Amino acid sequence: MMSASVTIAEGGDPLLQTRGEPLLAVAGIHTHYGKSHILHGVSLEVGRGEVVGLLGRNGVGKSTTLKAIAGLVHPTAGEVVFEGRSIGRLASHRVARLGIGYVPEDRRIFPLLTVLENLRTGLDRHGVDKAKRAELLDKVYAYFPILAERRNQRGGTLSGGEQQMLAIARAMTLEPKIVLLDEPTEGLMPRMVSQIAQIVGALHNEGVAVLLVEQNVPLTLKASRRVYFIEKGEVRHHAMASELHVDDPVIHQYLGV
Amino acid sequence: MSRAHPLAFWSVFVAAIVLLIVAPLVLPEFWRRFVTEVLIWGLLAMSSDLLIGYTGMISFGHSAFFGLGMYGAAAALLTTHPASLWAALLYGLIAAAAVAAVVAYFSTRLRDIYFAITTLIFSQIFYVIIFTSTAWTGGENGLNFDQPALAIPGLFSLEFTPKVLHWFVLAAVAGSYLLLRRITQSPFGMVLQSIRENEARTRAIGYPVERYKIVSVMLSGLFAGLAGVLYAIQNQFAAPDFVFFLISGQTVIYNVIGGVGTLVGPIVGAGFFLLLSEAFSRLFTAKYLDPIGLHALDGMSYLVPLGLIFILMVIFMPRGLLGFARRWLNR
Amino acid sequence: MDIPLDQILIQTINGIVTGMILALVASGLTLIFGIMDVVNFAHGELLMLGAYVGVVTLGLTGNFWLALASATVLIGIFGALMYVVTLRPLLGRDPLTTILATFGMSLVLQNYALWQFGAVSRKISEPIVGHFNLFHLDYPWYRVAVALISAAIIGGFWLFLKFGTWGIWIRATTQDRVMAQAMGIPVPWVLAGVFAIGSGMAAASGVLFGPFGGVDATMGLNWILRAFIVVVVGGMGSLAGSVLAAILISLLEAYASLWVSPSQAIIVSFVVLILTLLVRPTGLFVATPK
Repeated sequence: MMSASVTIAEGGDPLLQTRGEPLLAVAGIHTHYGKSHILHGVSLEVGRGEVVGLLGRNGVGKSTTLKAIAGLVHPTAGEVVFEGRSIGRLASHRVARLGIGYVPEDRRIFPLLTVLENLRTGLDRHGVDKAKRAELLDKVYAYFPILAERRNQRGGTLSGGEQQMLAIARAMTLEPKIVLLDEPTEGLMPRMVSQIAQIVGALHNEGVAVLLVEQNVPLTLKASRRVYFIEKGEVRHHAMASELHVDDPVIHQYLGV
Repeated sequence: MSRAHPLAFWSVFVAAIVLLIVAPLVLPEFWRRFVTEVLIWGLLAMSSDLLIGYTGMISFGHSAFFGLGMYGAAAALLTTHPASLWAALLYGLIAAAAVAAVVAYFSTRLRDIYFAITTLIFSQIFYVIIFTSTAWTGGENGLNFDQPALAIPGLFSLEFTPKVLHWFVLAAVAGSYLLLRRITQSPFGMVLQSIRENEARTRAIGYPVERYKIVSVMLSGLFAGLAGVLYAIQNQFAAPDFVFFLISGQTVIYNVIGGVGTLVGPIVGAGFFLLLSEAFSRLFTAKYLDPIGLHALDGMSYLVPLGLIFILMVIFMPRGLLGFARRWLNR
Repeated sequence: MDIPLDQILIQTINGIVTGMILALVASGLTLIFGIMDVVNFAHGELLMLGAYVGVVTLGLTGNFWLALASATVLIGIFGALMYVVTLRPLLGRDPLTTILATFGMSLVLQNYALWQFGAVSRKISEPIVGHFNLFHLDYPWYRVAVALISAAIIGGFWLFLKFGTWGIWIRATTQDRVMAQAMGIPVPWVLAGVFAIGSGMAAASGVLFGPFGGVDATMGLNWILRAFIVVVVGGMGSLAGSVLAAILISLLEAYASLWVSPSQAIIVSFVVLILTLLVRPTGLFVATPK
C-alpha cells in the first residue's frame, strides 16, 4: 500500500522522516467549484496525536482543504488517506464515523436544537451504549462547564464564544482521532482566544490530533508542532513551529498584506 | 464566422416556414389540424419561455392568460355582429393583459417557489370563477360561437377555411416568434437574462429589476392570450378546462422538453409531446394491448408512458431537445 | 340574512374535522419541503393511491383499521422509492426540475390509477357508524373519530421529532444538511425516511377521508391545492404552522359555504393565501420572519 508521505524538499522531508505511518495524509489534491480551480495539488500530513497548523491569507484554500478531508468536497484529483485508507470518495457522514471531527468556520451549530441536542447529534451513534454516552457527555461538560449550564438552551441563543465551544464539543462527541478546526478564534475576544489554545492543548493531551487552520499566528505557533503555509491553493512551505517566530520573514511572506 | 450565422439561421427559418405553408396542401385534414394545434400550443409555450427561459421566473399561470384570451375572444364573437375577428383579438388581448397586470404585480413581490405557487393559484381562481359563473361563461359547458371571417371591413372578406385558418395561425405564430426574438436580443432582453443569471447583481448594478419583470410578465401574458384567441377561433368554443392549472403544467412540460431559453424549442416540445400522445393513444388500444394481457381505457393511459418519458428527460436531458442549439438560436 | 347559530356551530365542527385531515396532508408536504426544498406536486396522488390501497385491503380483509395501516406502510415505502429513483438525482439542481419531476409523477400516477381502477369512484365504508345528537341534527361519530385520529397521528409524530434519536437527526438535517453529514448523521437515509413518513401521512389521510366522498383517480387534485395554500400560509417547514393554517383555512371555507356553493368557497382560501403573501410571506404562524 502506498504510503503518501509528503516530500517537499528533494530527498525527503526531514520533519517527517522519523515518524512512521501518518494518521492523515493528503497527497496532491485538486478541487474545482464549477469552473474554478481551487486547490492546485495540496499535500500535507498529520501524525497521531500531533497538532499541525495551516496558515495562509484569506481565500487561499485553507477551508477547502479541511472540507476535502471531511468529505464535504470531493477532490477531482489526488488522494486523502486516513489510517491507511483512501477516503477521498466517501460520503461525509462515513468520514465522520471513521473518526474525523470537523469544526467549520462560523461554527454552524444547529440553531434550533438545544445544547444537549446538538451534542446528541454526535453522541447518539451506533455502537455507543447509554453508559458510554453519559460518560462522554460528562467529559464534554467537564471541559466546557458553560455548556452544562446552558444544556437546555437553544444553540442559536448562545454567544459567539459559547457557540464555538459547542461546535468543538460537538465534534468531540464523535470520539475523533483528529479534529479539523477552521479558524476557531475568528471573531472571538482575546480572553476566549486563550481558552481555545487551552482546548487545543487538552485535545493533544488526550491523544487527539488537530489540524488547525488559522490566521492568528501567535496561537498557531504556540499550539502546533509543525506548520504548513498555503498560498493560491498549494502548500508552499513547511516548518517546525519551534523554528519560527512571529516576525519571521516567512510569516510576512504568506500572511502579510 | 458571425456573417455565416444570419445566413444559416434565416435559411433554416425560411425552410421551416415554407414547409409549414405547404403542409395543409399535402396533409390529410386530421394532420393539418394537428399541425395548427401544435403551432397554437407552441405559441403558448413560447410565451412561457420568455418568463422561464429568459427572465428565470417559473410561472404556472399561463392557463389563466390563455383561458382569458379564449373567453375574451368568445365574448367578442358572441356580441359583435357580424362576428369580428379584430374585436376577438382586441377583447382577448385586453383580458389577458388584465390578468397579466395582476400577476405582474405579484411577480415583483415574490420569488421563486412562492411566485410559482401564486401563479398556480391564480389559474385556479379564474377556473373557479369561470366554472361557477354559469350565466356569463356557460360554466362547465363553456361557450360555443361562430367563426369570424378574415375580414377588413370595406376591403375584403375571406372565410376561414381550414387552409386559410392554418396560414393565419402560422402568420401569427411566426410573427410572434420574430417579435420575441427581436425582444430577447435587444438590450431589454439582455437585462432580462441578466436577471435570470443573478437578480441581486443586476439590481446592484442599478437596473430597476421590478419594472423589467413587470414588462416581461405583460409581454408573456399577451402572447399567451393571443394563443387563446387563436384557439377559440380554430375550435369555436371556450371551456373552463383550459383554465385549469394542468394546462399550465403541460405548457411548462413543452418548455422543458423542447429546451428553455430557445423560443422555438417550446414549439418543438409541443410537437414532440403531442406526436407521442397521438402515437401512444393509438398503440394503447385493445388491438395491441389485449394480446399482451393488458386492458385499454379510452386512450387516457397513454399519459403513463408519456409522463415517464418526461420524467426521464428531466433527469437525463434537462436542456431539452433543442438545448444543444440554444446559443446558436440566440445569436 | 340570518344564519342560525346551530348551523354556524356545525360548520365549525366540520371545519375542524376537515382541517385535521388537511393538516395531516400538509404536514407531510411541509416536512418534505423543510428538509430537502422539494415541492412535492405528487403529494395528492400519494393520498389517492393510499385511498385505493385502503379500498383493496378493505375488500380483502373487511377491516378498516388494517386498511389504514397497510395504506400508510405501503405508500410510505412507495414514496421513499419514488424519492430515491426520481428525486435524489435532482437534488443539487435548479428547483424547477424537482417541481417538474413531481408534476410528471403526478400525471403518471393519476392516469395509472385511472387505468388500473377505472373511472367509477369506489367506496370506503365508515368503520364507526352511528350518530349523536347535535342541535337537532344527527352528527356522525366517524367525523369526530377522524379528527381525533388525525390529531393523534400528528401529535405522535411531533413527539417523535422532539425526543428520540431519529427526531434529532431529522431536525438537524432540516437546519443544516451539510453539518448533519459532518456529524455522522446518515443524511441520505434521513431524507428517504422523511419522504416515506410524508407519503405515509398522505396515504393515511386518503383512507380517513375515503368515507366522506368517493375514492377516485382525481381526488388528489382537490387536496394538493389546499395543501399548498396551507403550507405557505403556515410557513414552509413549520409543522405547527401547517396545523394551525389547515384549521384556519378549513374553518373559513366551512363558514363561507354557508353563503356560497362549496366549489366557490375555495376562493376564500385563495384570498387568505394572497393576503399572506402580501403581508407576511414567510408564513402567518412563523415566529420571526426570516
